[in-house]
Amino acid sequence: MKYQPVIGLEVHVQLKTDSKIFCGCSTKFGAEPNAHTCPVCLGLPGALPVLNKKVVEFAIKAGLATNCSITHRSIFARKNYFYPDLPKGYQISQFEDPICQRGWLDIVIEGETKRIGITRIHMEEDAGKLVHGDVSGLGEGSGADLNRACTPLLEVVSEPDLRSSDEAVSYLKQLHQIVTWLGICDGNMEEGSFRCDANVSVMPVGAEQYGTRAEIKNVNSFKFVKQAIEYEIERQIDLIEDGGKVVQETRLFDPNSGKTRSMRSKEEAHDYRYFPDPDLVPLVIDSDWIKRTHSEMPELPEHRRQRFITEFGIPEYDAEVLTANRALAEYYEECVAFHHNAKVVSNWVMGEITRALNESGLSIDNCPVTPRLLAELLRLIDNGTISGKIAKTVFDEMWISGKEPKTIVEEKGLVQVSDSGAIELIIDEILAKEAGQVAEYRSGKDKLFGFFVGQVMKVSKGKANPAVVNELLLKKLQG
Amino acid sequence: MELFDLTIHELHELFASKKVSSLEATKSLLARIDTTDPKINAYITVAGEKALADAVAADQLIAKGAAGTLTGIPLALKDIFLTEGIRTTCASRILNNFIPPYSATTYEKLKEQGIVLLGKLNQDEFAMGSSNESSAFGPTRNPWDTSCIPGGSSGGSAAAVAARLATATLGTDTGGSIRQPASHCSCVGLKPTYGRVSRYGVIAYASSLDQVGPMTRDVTDCAIMLNAIAGHDPKDSTSVNTPVPDYTAALTGSVKGLKIGLPKEYYIDGLDADVQSAMNQAIETYKKLGAEFVDISLPHTDYAVATYYLIATAEASSNLARYEGVRFGHRTEQAEGLIDMMTKSRSEGFGAEVKRRIMLGTYALSSGYYDAYYVKAQKVRTLIMRDFIQAFNDVDMILTPVAPTPAFKIGEKINDPLQMYLSDIFTIPANLAGTCAMSIPAGFSGSGLPIGLQLIGKPFGEDSILRAAHAFEQATEWHKRTAQI
Repeated sequence: MKYQPVIGLEVHVQLKTDSKIFCGCSTKFGAEPNAHTCPVCLGLPGALPVLNKKVVEFAIKAGLATNCSITHRSIFARKNYFYPDLPKGYQISQFEDPICQRGWLDIVIEGETKRIGITRIHMEEDAGKLVHGDVSGLGEGSGADLNRACTPLLEVVSEPDLRSSDEAVSYLKQLHQIVTWLGICDGNMEEGSFRCDANVSVMPVGAEQYGTRAEIKNVNSFKFVKQAIEYEIERQIDLIEDGGKVVQETRLFDPNSGKTRSMRSKEEAHDYRYFPDPDLVPLVIDSDWIKRTHSEMPELPEHRRQRFITEFGIPEYDAEVLTANRALAEYYEECVAFHHNAKVVSNWVMGEITRALNESGLSIDNCPVTPRLLAELLRLIDNGTISGKIAKTVFDEMWISGKEPKTIVEEKGLVQVSDSGAIELIIDEILAKEAGQVAEYRSGKDKLFGFFVGQVMKVSKGKANPAVVNELLLKKLQG
Repeated sequence: MELFDLTIHELHELFASKKVSSLEATKSLLARIDTTDPKINAYITVAGEKALADAVAADQLIAKGAAGTLTGIPLALKDIFLTEGIRTTCASRILNNFIPPYSATTYEKLKEQGIVLLGKLNQDEFAMGSSNESSAFGPTRNPWDTSCIPGGSSGGSAAAVAARLATATLGTDTGGSIRQPASHCSCVGLKPTYGRVSRYGVIAYASSLDQVGPMTRDVTDCAIMLNAIAGHDPKDSTSVNTPVPDYTAALTGSVKGLKIGLPKEYYIDGLDADVQSAMNQAIETYKKLGAEFVDISLPHTDYAVATYYLIATAEASSNLARYEGVRFGHRTEQAEGLIDMMTKSRSEGFGAEVKRRIMLGTYALSSGYYDAYYVKAQKVRTLIMRDFIQAFNDVDMILTPVAPTPAFKIGEKINDPLQMYLSDIFTIPANLAGTCAMSIPAGFSGSGLPIGLQLIGKPFGEDSILRAAHAFEQATEWHKRTAQI
């Protein structure tokens, strides 16, 4: 019996706002426990929520970037349950009328494009964190750190359209790129800014009904998502083939063992008793607001990718690398504005710039060689001042000193020698010296050409214009 | 006349003319609280030292000529208002030791005016009740007959005004909790339109129904208080951003030609005879003043109590989830694990009526019942609201009794929650509709118990009902009677 996996993903995206979703406390990570709290996010008696407008704008952007309809009148709802990291005893979320609905993302798998539906995107507040141990110096216990309570989240729910772990990872990577690209999320998965829950089930190929699904909660790396899904698929198939039944339950992925395991049954079917939050009014979003937000959005990665290909004429591979993140794409585009040979710029950005950034542990935002400087360097190659090879030396110097390439070339005397007369002199000298090799070459050893070129470069200290050298050397060797 | 007998506007005159100081007035009230409150039990916390300090500060403002109408006036607040640094219990064991780190917006506003805070007043626990009997601090007694209830849930607030234990007070009204005790204690009590006054820092019972309002000796005081507390609060998303008129300016003017509706559903057979008689007299008084009466119908009135007890309890069940012994309030001494700790803390901390309503509300929201109860109730609420909107096409305001009977005896209805709930029948609809309503003294029963009348106004029509109330007050003497304690 062949089985087909069915996967749906729920991603919690932590929004990069300065303050929390329902109060003015800071969202900054890493503060002393409970340093960023107030009556509202502490759930003190009498406190009331006030919606952060920026959160709405970020949600609209996320919805527009994923082709969703933006709900004209969306409602906040209370999700009621007791837990010490949930101060009010309920989470303010959205239930029946979420802010975004019915969107999609296209992924490319083995050269084929596949559309993955997005059921909904909604806004909600995060819970705090529980810390266990001797938290207060009074002995073993648990403490609630509510700094994270009330920080804004977007929950993005996909349709169960994914059919493999690779598809799942591809979808996640795209979603991750979009939210970081838009500047609404810092994308830091280790710090929990982008958390994934995977709903996995299997069904016999050709069956009409989906199987029972299990939910794997809070997986925070692409690698782990792939592993977790693959393990779970196998586990479910094995279970069914052994005559068992898949139970609808919540499971955790253990990265050490590579397995999923059932969470202890605090997960009896929870009745959250959702109802519209009477402390918040319905959120009305008119088309003007949507238009304004749309105009503030950057060009999305997919679109930019296409534009690089069609407008700049660079290959698909280049376009994909250069749109890995927004800062890189902008750097590249700025450079092309200075120096119009888009392919050459692409080579240098993908090549030397990337290498240097990696070696020095910098990000493109902190690149010491600005687009203008890079363009200057490329212009010097273009007009024959220096060769491509020498340019690399100049580049390294630019990286450290930040000096203008022209200045470096002058200071180091690296100007390319293109004068045929000067080069001829050098060639004549070498050919005279290496008469034996010349004879060998003329008798058929073509490979020796490289040797002569090398000699010319050595004498000229690398400054001889390679094209001129090749031309003249060929002429002289052929007699 | 003692200083504690005076109204806000009377005291203000004396302060302004330097005849009396705030300190003297405050001392007068503190002394009376000392001698008389043991018989009434209106106070949960008396803030004696703070009051004296407030009075001294107020006198300085008065001396500088920088005083407003409320500067130096000794007030008390229902213990549902958070007052920073001063114990706030909501009459519950679960908040027995709660000292808030912040204050309610309405209290902040009063502080800006330079009022003197005498203390925090008794109430039904978490504002759930109509008799003040569910308080963890003992029942408050009606100053007119201390064997009777003062009404609820703002029983302490009403009793304090009636017994001259505070010049004026603030209460809250969710299903009648300002108006009904005002009626039972012969004082003025106003529930503003929902959204008129901030709920920030007011312990929540039912979020879509709760409103803060003044409880005072007379209508003028009520307008003065409303001026001070009304207005938009950016910390309360449900507070409305519309201008606040000067409510004291509404107090001059006649009611000639005013169209007052009499809803037939409120004038039922079996209404207490004394209440019926007081209403008849009131109608005559208004007719003499030139008002016109129109018979109207509010057809969905019969469903109001059921609707209220589904919506209010549902919201309350969620609002009270935060009291679980984790961050503040009562925590049980011995517990095995988290669930046990929360369960015990709540079981020990909440009284019977609160538990009853939490369970009812949880049920109304639960899977399988949500549509039949909560959603249905919200739909009926819309119908009730529409009844009023329709009626206000034909009339300017509506006149009704406040309570079906005068105050009953302490202990009389405590074992019959449903009977207790039914006593809110005339006040609940205005909360469901969200519009404004007030109770003013309109007579006394054969046994000397107060009877109030209710004026229900159009949304944001507080100025109109204050005008009509003032006119009635000017034409009658009910508000001049004092309880002999």
